[in-house]
Parts: sequence; C-alpha cells; structure tokens
Amino acid sequence: MYVIVAGAGKVGKNLARELIAKGHEVTVIESSRARYLAIEEEFEHAVQYGDATELWVLERAGIQRADLVIAVTGDDEDNILVCQVAKEKYLCDRIIARVNNPRNHDHFRLLGIQPAVSATDLILRLIEHEVPRYGLVHLLALEEERLEIIELEVTAGAPVVGERVSDISLPEGSLIISVLRGGAGFVPKSDTVIEEGDEVLLVLDTGLEEAITAFFAPGGQPAAF
Amino acid sequence: MFVLIVGAGRVGSAVAKSALAAGHEVSVLDQDPLSHERLDAGQDRSWEEARGQFTVGTALETDALIQAGIERADVFIASTAGDNTNLVIAQIAQKRFGVEKAIVRVMDPARADWYDEQGLQTISPTKHAIDMFSRALEPETV
Repeated sequence: MYVIVAGAGKVGKNLARELIAKGHEVTVIESSRARYLAIEEEFEHAVQYGDATELWVLERAGIQRADLVIAVTGDDEDNILVCQVAKEKYLCDRIIARVNNPRNHDHFRLLGIQPAVSATDLILRLIEHEVPRYGLVHLLALEEERLEIIELEVTAGAPVVGERVSDISLPEGSLIISVLRGGAGFVPKSDTVIEEGDEVLLVLDTGLEEAITAFFAPGGQPAAF
Repeated sequence: MFVLIVGAGRVGSAVAKSALAAGHEVSVLDQDPLSHERLDAGQDRSWEEARGQFTVGTALETDALIQAGIERADVFIASTAGDNTNLVIAQIAQKRFGVEKAIVRVMDPARADWYDEQGLQTISPTKHAIDMFSRALEPETV
C-alpha cells in the first residue's frame, strides 16, 4: 500500500516508522525545514520537504497513486484541506485526519473528512470505559451509516432487570446483540433474562443513546455523562 | 446587504470600510482586538458610531461566527492571513450556514483555481501580482 503522511511531528513520524516496518511504501511531507532535516537521515527518500496543502507538493509526492492519505499536522485547517484535496481532487479512496482541537470535529464532519481522529476524544472514550459510573461506552460509531454499537452496564433497579429480552420494548432502531455475564459473552435469545450486573451490547441508530440508557439505569433515569 | 468579513488586516479592514460607506450592513470578526483600530483609522467617527459591528474571536469558533451574525449574512468574506483558514471557514459559511456568496482570499493560485471550480469565489492577489509583473516586463507597445 502507498501511504502519504502529512506532518512529521510526533504522530506523523511514528506512524510513518510503523507503516514502513510493516512493509508499506510511505512518503512523509513536512513543511518545517528544521524538522525535515532532523528526520531526513532516518527516513531518507521517504520524507519530503514542503507544504502538504500545496497541490504541487502533493503531486511531487505522487498523490495520484496514493492508496491512503493521512493528515496529522498540528493544524486542523491544514488537515482538513489536505484530506479534502486528496479525496475530491485526486480521488484518493481512503483518508484519515487528525483533529487537534475537539471543537473542530464538527467542521471535519461537515466537510466529509472522515474518519477524523482526536486524541482528546479517544482518551475521553477510555475514561468512559474505565470509569463504570458513566455506564455507557461507545464501542463503535459508523458515522456515514448513522449506526453505533454501545455497551451498557445493567445497574440495580434498572427497568430491564429480571425481564426477558422479548419483553423489553426498546425503541425502534435498536437491538441487543450480546450480553456479557460472568466474564463470558453470548448472543441472547428472546427468552434470555437480563440480570443486574450484565453488560449489554446494543446496536442502534445514532441519537437513540439517551432513550436506550433509560432502560438500563435505576429508576429509568438516563445515566449522566 | 449584510456582509460578514473575517480577518481585518489591510485588505479586510479596507473592504469593510468601503462596504459600509456603500450603505451595506457590515460585521467584522477578527481574533486580534487591535484590528479594531485599523477600522477606526482615517475615519472621522469610530467604527461603531458608523454602525459597523466588530467581534473578537477566531474564525473556526462556531460561537464567534454566530455572534458576528453569520446566520443572516448575505455575503461572507474570508480574508485572514491564512489560505487554509480562509478556505475552511468559507466552506463552513456555505455548507453549514447557507451563506449564498462566499468570497475567499487565496494566495496560492493553483488552489484558488481548483476551489473556484468547487463553487467558492476566490480572489488571488498573487495572480494579480504575477500578471502585473509580467506586463511590466513586456516592452512598451505604443
């Protein structure tokens, strides 16, 4: 696979190193002369000096044949534009962008720059996973398809405790796909009874989280995050 | 017409003043409070007295754009110092806020051409400079 990485900061440099180690062909583009010189010895021809938001720089790096373009500079506008041009002008199939300021996530989404990865969001998600009182963990979000998979812990006093799956009338557009109990997971049948302490995996349409959470929290109150 | 100008450097502030003088409603957004002085300079009354609006904020902050009145803007002018910022905010103005006319300053001629094709109205001062230099080099034809 041929990968172009825009930005040779900590993220870009390490990504490039890993991708090269996995046998991929990589070109890193770095616009700071000092940073370029610092890594040139290690990366040799796999690093190019230039501003990756300029078309001729991307063309020099061979963007026409790139299978994947990853924009991980420290500047969100740059990352958006590198990916936008890669996708819409050079018809590159796959792009990945880094979001530096999570507040800019909406802008990436609006302009069709997906997936957009933000370290802050990733850490928040880990906190959700590690701190059970939040109750709800996002496992996977398919933004284009508007679907997500979440994990919920069934707390004491939740409406679903003691109910059979077939008797739980979840909102339209959601489905229990798996139950984790006592360290093992299984796919529930309609007569499976939900117990306190279960961890339940659901697939649902984006936007249903609040409504769903209410079923698994005590008193039917959605868990606060 | 309601004109929102983001980036009040030399160009942005001059355009703001002339748009206001032409009778338009003008709102200016800039991250540097000092830019306000550029709007007052050479005028016989202050920007606000002349009924101009000024908001301090960065262009990528949705709240700042809303505060500056983007929701009712007829024309959006992106004239910050950065091409990339200009191109991103102009697209936000169009796609998120439905501003009909987005005019963007893009120094880089190559990208100005491409984004022009994508529906932005770009102005590339570099292109004009290139033209003028080239013409100045031509032997004078009388």
